[in-house]
Amino acid sequence: MKNKLKSGYQAALPSLISILVGLVIAVVILIATNPANALDGFFRMIKGPFNYGAARGLGNMLFYATPILMTGLSVAFAFKTGLFNIGASGQFMIGSLVSVYIAIKWTFIPTSVLWLVALLLGALAGALWAAVVGILKAWRNVNEVITSIMMNYIAMYLVMHVIRFGGIYNQARNETMKVASQIPTFGLDKIFVRSFIDGGILIALICAVIIYVVLEKTTFGYELKAVGLNRDAAKYAGVNEKRAIVTSMIIAGALAGLGGGLTYLAGTSKSINVAAVIASEGFDGIAVALLGMSHPFGVVFSAFFISYLKLGGQAMQVIGYVPEIVEMMIGIILYVSALSLLFRRIITKFKERRLKKVGEES
Amino acid sequence: MNDLYFLIQQMMLFSVPLLVVAIAGMFSERSGVVNIALEGIMIMGAFSGTLFMHLNQTNGGLSGYPLLFASMAIATVTGMVYALFHAFASIEMSADQTISGTALNLFAPAFVIFSARSVIGIQQVNFQNTFLIQSVPLLGDIPIIGRMFFQNAYLSTYLGFLILIIASFVLYKTPFGLRLRSAGENPQATDAAGISVRKIRYAGVLISGALAGLGGLIYIIPVTVTFNADVAGYGFLAIAVLIFGQWKPSRILTSALFFGLLKTISASYSGIQFFFNLNIPQVIYQVIPYVATLIVLVISSKKSQGPKALGEPFDKGKR
Repeated sequence: MKNKLKSGYQAALPSLISILVGLVIAVVILIATNPANALDGFFRMIKGPFNYGAARGLGNMLFYATPILMTGLSVAFAFKTGLFNIGASGQFMIGSLVSVYIAIKWTFIPTSVLWLVALLLGALAGALWAAVVGILKAWRNVNEVITSIMMNYIAMYLVMHVIRFGGIYNQARNETMKVASQIPTFGLDKIFVRSFIDGGILIALICAVIIYVVLEKTTFGYELKAVGLNRDAAKYAGVNEKRAIVTSMIIAGALAGLGGGLTYLAGTSKSINVAAVIASEGFDGIAVALLGMSHPFGVVFSAFFISYLKLGGQAMQVIGYVPEIVEMMIGIILYVSALSLLFRRIITKFKERRLKKVGEES
Repeated sequence: MNDLYFLIQQMMLFSVPLLVVAIAGMFSERSGVVNIALEGIMIMGAFSGTLFMHLNQTNGGLSGYPLLFASMAIATVTGMVYALFHAFASIEMSADQTISGTALNLFAPAFVIFSARSVIGIQQVNFQNTFLIQSVPLLGDIPIIGRMFFQNAYLSTYLGFLILIIASFVLYKTPFGLRLRSAGENPQATDAAGISVRKIRYAGVLISGALAGLGGLIYIIPVTVTFNADVAGYGFLAIAVLIFGQWKPSRILTSALFFGLLKTISASYSGIQFFFNLNIPQVIYQVIPYVATLIVLVISSKKSQGPKALGEPFDKGKR
């Protein structure tokens, strides 16, 4: 147990150092652009959700973390099979559309379970959308990056069209109508009072646990990872690598699609805007997955962390900083985490020096 | 016939930036470094270029072609400097190239909005587009071809083709091109031949940054008069064009033109009588470029011909 903890700490150390370096650079930017408010700004950034009172702030943090946790899981899961799922955005958009459509239109289903039906079918839609990418990769060896990019744009235009002409359009606000059924809060609103929180975060966390179990405790997960490490070797070892690739994309798509449903069936009645923009949640998901080192629990932490920072950014707006400062910081942190080899070298050097010192003393 | 002229003139506006940025990607990837940061680099280039134009046009200074050339130079240098970060991470630190590229993509729009607000107070960078060429002297008067290619055009179109020719020449006819290709195919052998893989890859990524930065600006100029931290996903589309073009200049040209044509039809079908009369819902036209690309990929896909060492950090000790 102790060893496990230690190795976990060592695995997370480069990320922690990246975060620290990112914070330092952010402080430099704060001081350079607005020295008078820099100290205040820094404390607001560090306080994150606690700028708004603990219960409300933490509730909002969990609320904002939900979509990027799901897209992060989606990207991370595909990574395990060696696939770069840049299409989480498209799967997310399709999932959003189907979930919202059903939650508005299928009122013949009792409101109490309508949200669940909507979520499940949203996940299914995301899965089917991603399956195209997986099938083309497995059987025609078409690069998944290019198909993902194409599928993102197709999803974007399709979603805009269906909203406009599918009878779910609120023309005055250029977005979807209000949904008839929302995800219950499962009592979370009693804990995190006055926040936006809904039950979505619980569903997202359950997904993270399931993905962990699938990856770490099942033969299927082992096969996926084998395909990710070396497709040819896995094939030689008797793994049906085509099936593994398609299944992996289907699961990744289901996660992103469910993320879309969770985002738009949340208690705040957020609606899908009609705009020719690819959903940013997919790209944020890439950052979340990479920062979480593609481990389901790492993804949970990095989704929380990014959400934490975003709330800090909101608080900084009050004293005149643009919220983009947080996006910049996330970029810097991610970049520094790519340099983790540097840290590993420094750490090893440091250790060697200490060992030497101990050796000399004794 | 008028529709055809219009179609071809429009097509160039879509195709040329894709061509230039896909060639940018080619230089990096042929050297063995994945460059998913093209979108971010384009945004940086477009920003510095348009900001320079804005400042000159509002405060007086350069104008006309000197301004255009200076802006292009600035966009090019900006792209190069930004790509240096990717080069450092990928080559010096043996970093995961996807992570580094994604980080640069995330950072760019945020940085651009932040800087625009700091420098000019708002996030939109306005500029005047005074660079349309009504008709190229002499060439514009050639029947048919003149109207297609030398009227209502931008300098960037010719620049794009020039870049293509130079890029093909460099890649296939110069020692540098040979080294670049070998660094992406078999870095160990390149190293054994006494060539620094490190330097070659730096060159590849920096050329990539320069062209992508320039590509950002030449995408923005014809389509709008306001740069708002966004190049509409052209960096990602250029990656698709690059892969579709199998990392080869001539095929990149074909795939950029193919995509550009379909994109033109989808963007301007309502202005073309033939397509307008078909009475098909807009969404069909909108998704045609992407669906057609998928179909062509399915038909044409064989073994991918990407560089073999693509994405692998070079480790001297590994044989």
